[in-house]
Amino acid sequence: MPPLINADGIHKSFGGMEVLRGTTLRVDEGEVAAVIGRSGSGKSTLLRILNGLETCDAGFLSVDGERISGLERDLRRLRLKVGMVFQQFNLFPHLTAGENVMLAPRAVKRLSRPEAKSLAGEMLAGVGLADRFDAFPDQLSGGQQQRVAIARALAMRPRVLLCDEITSALDPELVGEVLEVVRKLAAAGMTLVLVTHEMRFAREVCDRLVFMHNGVVGEEGKPAELFSRPQTPELAAFIGQAGQGSAGR
Amino acid sequence: MPYQFSFEPIYDNWGILAEGVLTTLGLTLAGGALGLGLGVLGAVVRFRRTPVQYQIVTAYVEMVRNTPFLIQLYFIFFGLPSLGLRLAGWQASILAMALNLGAYSTEIIRAGLESLPRGLFEAAAALSLTPRQTLRLVLLKPALKNVWPSLCSQVIIVMLGSSVCSQLAVVELTSAASLLQARTFRAFELYLFATAVYLLLAVLIRFLLRRVGRRFIARGRP
Ligand SMILES: Nc1ncnc2c1ncn2[C@@H]1O[C@H](COP(=O)(O)OP(=O)(O)OP(=O)(O)O)[C@@H](O)[C@H]1O
Ligand SMILES: [Mg+2]
Repeated sequence: MPPLINADGIHKSFGGMEVLRGTTLRVDEGEVAAVIGRSGSGKSTLLRILNGLETCDAGFLSVDGERISGLERDLRRLRLKVGMVFQQFNLFPHLTAGENVMLAPRAVKRLSRPEAKSLAGEMLAGVGLADRFDAFPDQLSGGQQQRVAIARALAMRPRVLLCDEITSALDPELVGEVLEVVRKLAAAGMTLVLVTHEMRFAREVCDRLVFMHNGVVGEEGKPAELFSRPQTPELAAFIGQAGQGSAGR
Repeated sequence: MPYQFSFEPIYDNWGILAEGVLTTLGLTLAGGALGLGLGVLGAVVRFRRTPVQYQIVTAYVEMVRNTPFLIQLYFIFFGLPSLGLRLAGWQASILAMALNLGAYSTEIIRAGLESLPRGLFEAAAALSLTPRQTLRLVLLKPALKNVWPSLCSQVIIVMLGSSVCSQLAVVELTSAASLLQARTFRAFELYLFATAVYLLLAVLIRFLLRRVGRRFIARGRP
């Protein structure tokens, strides 16, 4: 079976700075991949290219067998297949949790109001927030907001969900509830690409670890193997530091 | 002999004064609604930087913001008939007020749109919304909420500016007071009355607009 996401030799520069220098990433259906790496190594940039928030300068990208060009129409089709959750939850502040989830299915997929409403109810229940349907974002905790953002992305029934450091903006005591939702998604067979600093979580939940370094994938493989036998000094150093950094969790 | 205050002219002529107050309110309501609508359209064009439209709106905004309201009003009422557009005094007044408010609120609302966090656009884009849907469904209300107090103030400025429409023989509050003043010579009492009513109207409009804002724009949190 061809990979669900096939990104090959992706290049991206900002101004004169080359952030991605031929990055290659393949993600299979049902796989959970964690992307790790130092700050500035291009993790977010890679994710944003995967759902068309940035276009790449060179390289090949296909999702679900469809080649993606830079055309706006193509990008919207791409985004139907690739959902994304951000570090800052980015909920629409003027809409309730339920309306946040309903908006895109209504506007993009033309669902009727009752259809969208029952879909939103189902999605919110999936992240444990069935009872907060009518709450506005600023009445929710950060963890709850992030779970609504996950429900909102899932309501579009994407083939893959990209998560860019979705627990980094949360107070430590709220991280667990969001990771729990991700864990459930992984167990249900959802294809996931997670940029994360939660090394223990990555180790437990992910099928594959992708270590980005200097704009390319420096090393990748099964988490257990990478953690116990890093092949490059960069990864060894990174694991050492990250291990200390999240020792408390 | 000291000046004897007499508010009788006000009691005796409450009919024309009431008409003046209602006219001022009516002008403000019509000019305000049209002007805010124009402001939203103008802001969207300026925000999206659609070529040609962008230049047209920019020219309009600069023209209105750099000329006196009275001249704008005269131009519409006395100037446009030369082009075949003859408007009644009240029509010209509403048009001038709407164009004036439209220009200022274009800039206010555009600032509101530009102050929104990038994340909102990106979240909308990630959900496959088109740029147009993003503006209409996601950005507009939060932007209006951010600048609603400034918009309210601008509407009140335009309401007070409608005083100038007395120049076109529109019987709004100022011209009603002036008419009676010419007849009774009770300048102090009449203009004191007009002052008080403008003040009350300003307070009332701010109150009403705040409720409108809370109801339609900033739903949710009190
Ligand atoms: N829109 C942009 N314009 C200019 N430079 C950018 C832009 N986006 C990212 N960069 C730069 O590209 C580099 C990689 O950024 P990126 O956000 O992909 O890193 P990251 O691995 O996600 O880092 P972090 O762990 O801090 O989130 C950084 O040096 C960043 O400053
Ligand atoms: Mg990042």
